[in-house]
Amino acid sequence: MADQHRAVVRLREKFADSVLDVKEFRGEVTVTVKKEKIVAICTFLRDNLKYNLLSDVTAVDYLGSEPRFMMVYNLYSIPNKDRLRLKAPVAEESTVVDTVSGVWSSADWLEREVFDLFGITFTGHPDLRRILLTDDWIGYPLRKDYPLQGPDREPYQGRLS
Amino acid sequence: MASTEFMTVNMGPQHPSTHGVLRLVIELDGEIVRKVTPHIGYLHRGIEKLSEHRTYHQIIPLTDRLDYLAPMSNNLGYVLAVEKLLNIEIPERAQTLRVMLAELTRLKSHLVWLATHALDIGAMTVFIYAFREREKIMDLYEKLSGARMTSNFFRVGGLSNEVYDGFEKDVREIIDTFPGHFDTYEGLLTQNTIWRQRTIGNGIISAEDAVDAGITGPALRGSGVSLDLRRDNPYSGYEKYQFTVPVGEKCDTYDRYKVRLIEMREAVKIIRQALDSLKPGPILADCPQVCYPSKESVYNTIEGLIHHFKIASEGFPAPEGEVYQAVEAPKGELGYYLVSDGGNKPYRMRIRPPSFCNLSALERMSKGAMIADLVAIIGTLDIVLGDIDR
Repeated sequence: MADQHRAVVRLREKFADSVLDVKEFRGEVTVTVKKEKIVAICTFLRDNLKYNLLSDVTAVDYLGSEPRFMMVYNLYSIPNKDRLRLKAPVAEESTVVDTVSGVWSSADWLEREVFDLFGITFTGHPDLRRILLTDDWIGYPLRKDYPLQGPDREPYQGRLS
Repeated sequence: MASTEFMTVNMGPQHPSTHGVLRLVIELDGEIVRKVTPHIGYLHRGIEKLSEHRTYHQIIPLTDRLDYLAPMSNNLGYVLAVEKLLNIEIPERAQTLRVMLAELTRLKSHLVWLATHALDIGAMTVFIYAFREREKIMDLYEKLSGARMTSNFFRVGGLSNEVYDGFEKDVREIIDTFPGHFDTYEGLLTQNTIWRQRTIGNGIISAEDAVDAGITGPALRGSGVSLDLRRDNPYSGYEKYQFTVPVGEKCDTYDRYKVRLIEMREAVKIIRQALDSLKPGPILADCPQVCYPSKESVYNTIEGLIHHFKIASEGFPAPEGEVYQAVEAPKGELGYYLVSDGGNKPYRMRIRPPSFCNLSALERMSKGAMIADLVAIIGTLDIVLGDIDR
């Protein structure tokens, strides 16, 4: 079914060599694309396929596998009432992605949060500062190698109770 | 010749009209706002990080503490996401009760919005009245779950207990009396000259701008965009209920006020329909790997005790995959993005907070406004810092 999804068909036509993977799980379609093309693909999805609401931007840290990070964009189309998830792998050596805040301005704060908690930087972002943590915070808490109880602490062993 | 210079004023984080620990740095030209820079994170508890170290059931109490004015809506979004990941069916009674409780929660949340928003603009009476009515729902919460705010009532697969005797009577009393209370609020505000002057034309954001800024919920509908996930992507049996989705026209604070008041009336209608269709039946899915056993079997049988212990200590493994489940929380789209690696804890849990995205539009909405109107704009966005900071 994922192959017939309207966005997947159009993306495969238009960005044939940038679409890395298409998956469907529990009725949700996920398209993995190359991070270099993320702005072009997002602009195309917004303008041609009416994905006008960027619900969410986040990242996942797959520590130990290559590439380490995965950017995740959850899109919603208000006219068509459907969702699409876009993912883009980001290697540890170069944690830089182009910003999509020019496509949807809601990405502004959401990308700041990803920067704050994962340490992924966004080129072209208008105001890339930490958002939840203080400016002098060291480390990126949502990375898997950041201990739960804070820096310089033993890794969490589970609750004692 | 007098010279003019801009003044930078700090507002918050301890300020009654910022609705929590929000800090704003405002650049002022006289009384006109030139620039607002929100500083958030004072209530950051790292719930997303904590969730990676908790079993699926242990995360439910953490979700109560997101938007602490609407705990059951947070619970609902989370349990639906886990149930989607596990692909389990929920019995009809549990679904109906969840809808009722989610709508009662919407009433509760909107009452706080109305109370504090009106108080910010100077209408003290509405504040007292709305909190009086909210107390009715808090009492119901307390009878139901033992807690007034952090209810922790939902479970993966259903609900934690059967409702108490007399629950239906209490709910019916609420839905019978509340429309009259809404009339009182409207009588105090809708035609009130001060209220109208403070809200009409305040905080205008066009439909395109609102969508672009990621605003959802009543704040978006006030700008004329008809998006309601309960109707557009129904979950938990919302497709069975008749309700209208109000939208505004003028995109201002007054229209958002009217939208929320109509929503409260619609919520009462949904609760009434749910109450009328409520039938006896199980409140937990028939899925012993996931659901807690009944208290009766835990206390009286060794199998039940072991079963309870296994679920409480080890939890249950979830299939590998990723899901995103969004619900129409009182403040907007509340989404949970769960990534599972096949273990008994989520590999990653991301919460898409409605207030966070709504607040990001504050600067756009308040540019050129008077500083006193900035307070009205914060009120109309209906933010909760527990939700923004997580």
